[in-house]
Parts: sequence; structure tokens; C-alpha cells
Amino acid sequence: MNAITCTQVSKTFKDIRALDNVSLSFEEGKIYGLLGRNGAGKTTLLNCITGRLFPTGGEIRVDGEPCMENENALRKIFYMGQQELYPEEMTVQKVFAWTKLIYGGFDMEYAHALCEKFGLNPKKKTSKLSTGYRSIYKLITALAVDVPYLLLDEPVLGLDAGHREMFYRELLESYGRNPRTIVLSTHLIEEAASLLEEVIILHNGRVMCHKTCEELLHSGYTVSGKQSEVDAFIAGKQVLSQQSIGGLKTAVIYGQPEKHLPETLETGRMDLQKLFVAMTEENGRDFS
Amino acid sequence: MKLDTTLETPIYLQIAAGLEDGIFLGAYPEETQVPSTTELSVSLQINPATVLKGVNLLVEEGILYKKRGVGMFVSKGAQEKIREKRQNAFYEGYIRPLVTEAKKLGLAEEQLLKLLERGYRE
Repeated sequence: MNAITCTQVSKTFKDIRALDNVSLSFEEGKIYGLLGRNGAGKTTLLNCITGRLFPTGGEIRVDGEPCMENENALRKIFYMGQQELYPEEMTVQKVFAWTKLIYGGFDMEYAHALCEKFGLNPKKKTSKLSTGYRSIYKLITALAVDVPYLLLDEPVLGLDAGHREMFYRELLESYGRNPRTIVLSTHLIEEAASLLEEVIILHNGRVMCHKTCEELLHSGYTVSGKQSEVDAFIAGKQVLSQQSIGGLKTAVIYGQPEKHLPETLETGRMDLQKLFVAMTEENGRDFS
Repeated sequence: MKLDTTLETPIYLQIAAGLEDGIFLGAYPEETQVPSTTELSVSLQINPATVLKGVNLLVEEGILYKKRGVGMFVSKGAQEKIREKRQNAFYEGYIRPLVTEAKKLGLAEEQLLKLLERGYRE
């Protein structure tokens, strides 16, 4: 199957191990969420995949071909990152034109239609745009370029709520017309949760968890009730976090709730963001 | 259609239930087309694979059927099928939790029956 495959990829900066034996694959036609706290290694991983950084160890392949210094493999990937790589004087429409030259396939009509939707003047210089519009021109470029793999690093940075919703909508519409692999690395987890098919959580440079979004959402729950009863219930279970207010205690448990719970305890579901925060609060756990 | 990701019910089941509601209420009449996976995905902002899982569930149950190259249609007799299904699920879904809650509140059986009668009268 076509995919971007990372095998035991490591990246060390001086004495910092930014990526530690990362093995994962981004398969054809799926939308992935690449999640992690600040400094977890998300951007380093994306930089390694796109050849902007060379891994210290391991291998990355795109549809079976090694990606290192390989034009044919790298041409299949479009990476939207935080950096401004174009000359300051360059206008948005010039970026579109260059992208078309570099990648070959680029839907110019669609790109201009999106500019109008988002209220972006393509004649503007990219260096003169606000943070939000800088993200927007990159997003538009990403949506219009014809490649099988899109890596979007913090795609909605600086976008207002209306523009974020517009982007999610456009992303799904584009995906509906042409399903391709989309990797979303974002801190706005709750907003993006329902768009994701699979979720990969990086923590301290390692893959902490790789599951379908649905599986992950159903792998944690909360239980609350009287302190003593909750304590008895959670004994021996994998507790992610706990909190007491007076005599009332709430604990977050990793695992499936039992069929028959004591009637005095209440269970609840966690959303992806809360679960993510609870899972990444301590070091050295493994949820794969 | 309203979806809630914090509910116990997985999203694909909520989508199936939402479409069922639409059919049951007559918004999607029998032998007409329901919105495509992409339309549902975009308007609900849900991953298309999740939407498809929900739609396929209704296909398995014979509530929807696929017309090749056209899309998904509501089967003949779908409304009746849904009514039956929901009647069968009524005990588990409504009566049991009702009785559990009544017991927690210390309401006796006769009191609960009285409340039910009141519900019918009002």
C-alpha cells in the first residue's frame, strides 16, 4: 500500500534526542492528527519526512522509495510549516505560480476562488500579511496543489473562528473530491477531532499512541462519586489523573469502563483534548 | 443533525441515528436520495470514513440502498422498519433508565405509574 513510512527514525540535536525510534506510517487517503505537547517532536518529524532535516538514524520511505535527497519522493509531499521561505517581495499569486512550477499540478482557478472566499488579495506581498492571512495563503496553496501527501503544521495558527471553520469545510470538500493523505498537526485538538481518522500522539520524541480516533476516544473515561468509593474503584486501574473537591472525587481512567458499575458512581466520556492532556501529563507512559 | 462527541454513543452511530430521524420524520422520503457522504462530511465537519461507517450501517439494515454511480436512496418500507426497530429498543432505551432513576429517587411503582398516567393526560 502507498504510504509515508518511518522506520526507527531518530534525530539528535547535540545532546537532545528530539526523535527517539519513531516508527509509524501515514497511509494513502487517510486524515491523520499528529498531536503532541510543545517540544514533543512533531515539527522535527515533519522536517525529516520532507528532507529539511536529516535523521540521525532510521529510514523514511515514500511509496517505498527512500525520501532522502530523492526528488521523485519529495515531489509527492507538500509541507505547510511555520517558516517563511519565500523572498519578502513575493506576492501571493507569485507563490501560486512558483508552486505550480515546482510541483507541476496546481489548480489556479481553485486557489483564486479560495482567495476570494477568505478575503485575501492575491496581489499582496506575503511579508505584508497578518499572522492569520499568512496561514491562509499557505493553506490555499496546500489545498490547490496536486500531491498525494499534505503535511500541515499548525494550519490554523492565527485564524479567527470563522476562518477556521471555513478551512475545515474546504479541507473536507477537497478531500471528498480527491481523497489524499492529510496530516494535521495542531494544538486546537477539540476542533479538529472529528475530522481525523487516525491519531498519533508524540511525547518526548516517541510515539506514545497510534490509534483510530474512535478507538482513542473510547479508551478513557471519568468516574466520579464519594472519595472512598472512587478510591476503591480505581485501585489497580490505570489512573491518568484525579481531582478531589471536598468529599467528591473525579478520576480519569485509561481503559474500558466495566459493564456493571456501582450505582453510586457516575461515569462519563472524555473529549479528545482532555484525554490527550491527561495522557501527556506524565512521562514515560506507553499507550500503544 | 446534531452530533455530540462527548456522548457515550460513537459518532458513526449518531450519524446513522440522525439519518434515521430524517427518514422517520419524512425529511428524506422513501425512494429519494439522501445527502452524499461528502455533503454530510462537509456540513457536519466529520471525517468521511466515519460518515460512511454510519451510512453503511443503514445499508446493512436495509433502510438505505445504493444506486450505482448515483448515490444512496431510502428503501421502500424504511419508515416502518425504523418504527419497529425503535419500538423494540424502547424498553432498553427508555423504560429501564426510567425505572433505575425512579428507584434512586425512592419513587414506588404506583407513584411511577401515576406519573405516567399524568404524562398521558397532559
